[in-house]
Amino acid sequence: MAQISHDFEHAAIKALGNKQLRTNFRRVMTGLINKRAALFPDPDELQALRARGAAIKDRALAKLPDLLVQLEQNLIANGFHVHWAESVDEGNKIILDILRKANARTIIKGKSMVSEEMHFNHFLEENGVQALESDLGEYIIQLAGEGPSHIVMPAIHKNKDEIGRLFQEKIAGQPYTEDPDELTDAARRVLRQLFANADCGFSGVNFAAADTGSLVLMSNEGNGRMSTHLPSMHIALMGVEKVIERLEDVAPLISLACRSATGQAITTYVNIISGPRRGNEKDGPKEVHLVLLDNGRTKIYNDPELRQGLRCIRCAACMNHCPVYTRIGGHAYQYTYPGPIGEILNPQMQGIEKAGDVLHASSLCGRCSEVCPVKIPLAELIVRLRREAIRPAGTAVKGGGSRNSSVENVVWFGWKTMYASPLLYRWGTWWLRKIGNLLPSGIPLLKQWTSVRSKPQFASRSIYDLARERGIRDE
Amino acid sequence: MSKSPLPGRPETVYYFPTCLVDLFYPEAGMAGIELLQRAGTNVVMPDRQSCCGQPARNCGYYEEARAVARTQLAAFPKDWPIVVPSGSCAGMMKKHYPELFAGQPELPKIQAFCDRVFELTWFLVHVMDIKLVDKGEPVKVTWHGSCHSMREMGVIEEPKDLLRSLANVTLVEAEYEKECCGFGGTFSVRLPEVSGAMVTDKVSNIVATGATEVVSGDMGCMMNISGAMKKAKAPVKGRHIAEFLLERIGKGDA
Repeated sequence: MAQISHDFEHAAIKALGNKQLRTNFRRVMTGLINKRAALFPDPDELQALRARGAAIKDRALAKLPDLLVQLEQNLIANGFHVHWAESVDEGNKIILDILRKANARTIIKGKSMVSEEMHFNHFLEENGVQALESDLGEYIIQLAGEGPSHIVMPAIHKNKDEIGRLFQEKIAGQPYTEDPDELTDAARRVLRQLFANADCGFSGVNFAAADTGSLVLMSNEGNGRMSTHLPSMHIALMGVEKVIERLEDVAPLISLACRSATGQAITTYVNIISGPRRGNEKDGPKEVHLVLLDNGRTKIYNDPELRQGLRCIRCAACMNHCPVYTRIGGHAYQYTYPGPIGEILNPQMQGIEKAGDVLHASSLCGRCSEVCPVKIPLAELIVRLRREAIRPAGTAVKGGGSRNSSVENVVWFGWKTMYASPLLYRWGTWWLRKIGNLLPSGIPLLKQWTSVRSKPQFASRSIYDLARERGIRDE
Repeated sequence: MSKSPLPGRPETVYYFPTCLVDLFYPEAGMAGIELLQRAGTNVVMPDRQSCCGQPARNCGYYEEARAVARTQLAAFPKDWPIVVPSGSCAGMMKKHYPELFAGQPELPKIQAFCDRVFELTWFLVHVMDIKLVDKGEPVKVTWHGSCHSMREMGVIEEPKDLLRSLANVTLVEAEYEKECCGFGGTFSVRLPEVSGAMVTDKVSNIVATGATEVVSGDMGCMMNISGAMKKAKAPVKGRHIAEFLLERIGKGDA
């Protein structure tokens, strides 16, 4: 029997016990749900836009290898340096080499979930480079030594009084305050210095347009623009699935992403980065690099059903609407991506043997699939991966079959034998009715069930017997 | 709900009570039968049926789920509509059988079967055009819509419209009405703490409405919610909507 770890479950239970965390998440997620709903008042428009978003991403994915070649050519023509990394280690090494060559010791970062995949800050620190987060949320969690608990709002698990205490402790000369404006000012004072002095700027990428060779970056705080424009060098990092065919595809995707994510019509800043400063331009970086990371994406791409997960535009609507995420927060998910999209990506990137626990973090309520702006059938993909975990369909998924358990196999074999045979079903349920109510609450399954619920009572008679008695025909 | 053609008012329908109703709530199932009869159709309930197969499918045990699904296919040979007093089991048969049988020889047959599957309240409203005359005392109730009923079967307003059509029934909406109750079949025992937190919240929201009863179209959710209400000694009763409606219009009355 496969060794099954329960890290996720332990973390989830711990999170459930944290009352403040649950209150925070419930309040914020409800706010986000309402804001999103307010920006999609017309259900027909929403469905039309979702279909359009999904079609744009599907069109791009269908041509992905060609588009990546085209993107590279156009980026190079625009003066970018382009690098390809198959693994996290390779990605880190490439970036470290770029930094070393430029003798860069400090980098100022805009938000990038791909860099979280790579444990990039930690890697750089080990190699003598200081990476500082400039997104306010990322800055807060970096000070606290934590990872993001949400892919759009990384510090959403923190209260303003917690942030006040954190700033008081970590920022020299900062008195305690709970005032959000004062806290933001404090962070701004620190960050402005860094923007001016950092050797290198760093950012993620929301969309990369193959036809023009440009990178699109959405941001609300202006830190994205400052990280990418002020330092003399800019390194951007993206997963290979972020490429789209045309720059004009960006508009509907931005609309979908912003409305779905934060309930904004558009982010405060939308940057289209098309290369380093040119000729006698007075600002902008002198050198721009793009690193494209695979990290398991090609494997996901090769399976037509699982490929749908690569449509993701990282809006976080799936987690905002997830009743499980809302109750346990993002840290419990253990790996980079929390919530339903994390249930799809983490097991595929890390391997099911390592990260397969989260596949059961869903009641399959389907709310994630319902709100996904690019129509990823998240609940269906979760079930698909549950299948892969026990009986792999091929070599599609890393760690496929690693969760096959002989105990469960026996249970489901018994279940199938009884329910596939009308005779055995009648016989089996007759016995359940006879003895079911005598079963003690302490036995497995009933124990879990009765932790917060009373024991269900088996009925004394079958509906089939009642129906015959009341004259209902059986054929 | 679906792209399948809307049947005219059929003379006869099949009934698929679900295994959960058979084992725990046969009276809820019988109420559904009586509503269909009162709306003017004959009901046939083959006893060679058992379970839609959803538990195995949701856990990734497709082979086992298919074996059980095949038994259901064989149990409903005529081309009558198959009415199900559960949006979740109906959703399994209508929406997931095609995917369950993808690449299997019986796939064409499956599609025809799926087209015949209907959720009870939707069928009562859209096909049977049922009219209810309320004979009960004034009562305040709240509704719990099952996730699969809403999101797989598209049944959202139909059951609530039926409740609203009753003169003495006041329908009040609970906060987070459309959020999952935490049942999710095996989810409730695989991740019992999270499931427990979800149902505990659900019960608080129901109690806060001041309703004396919560009704639902799915006994899976109801087993979860009622069980939690009973354990918490909440002053609210939980029932299947069919049982509630039948009581309102007078059980056994013509």
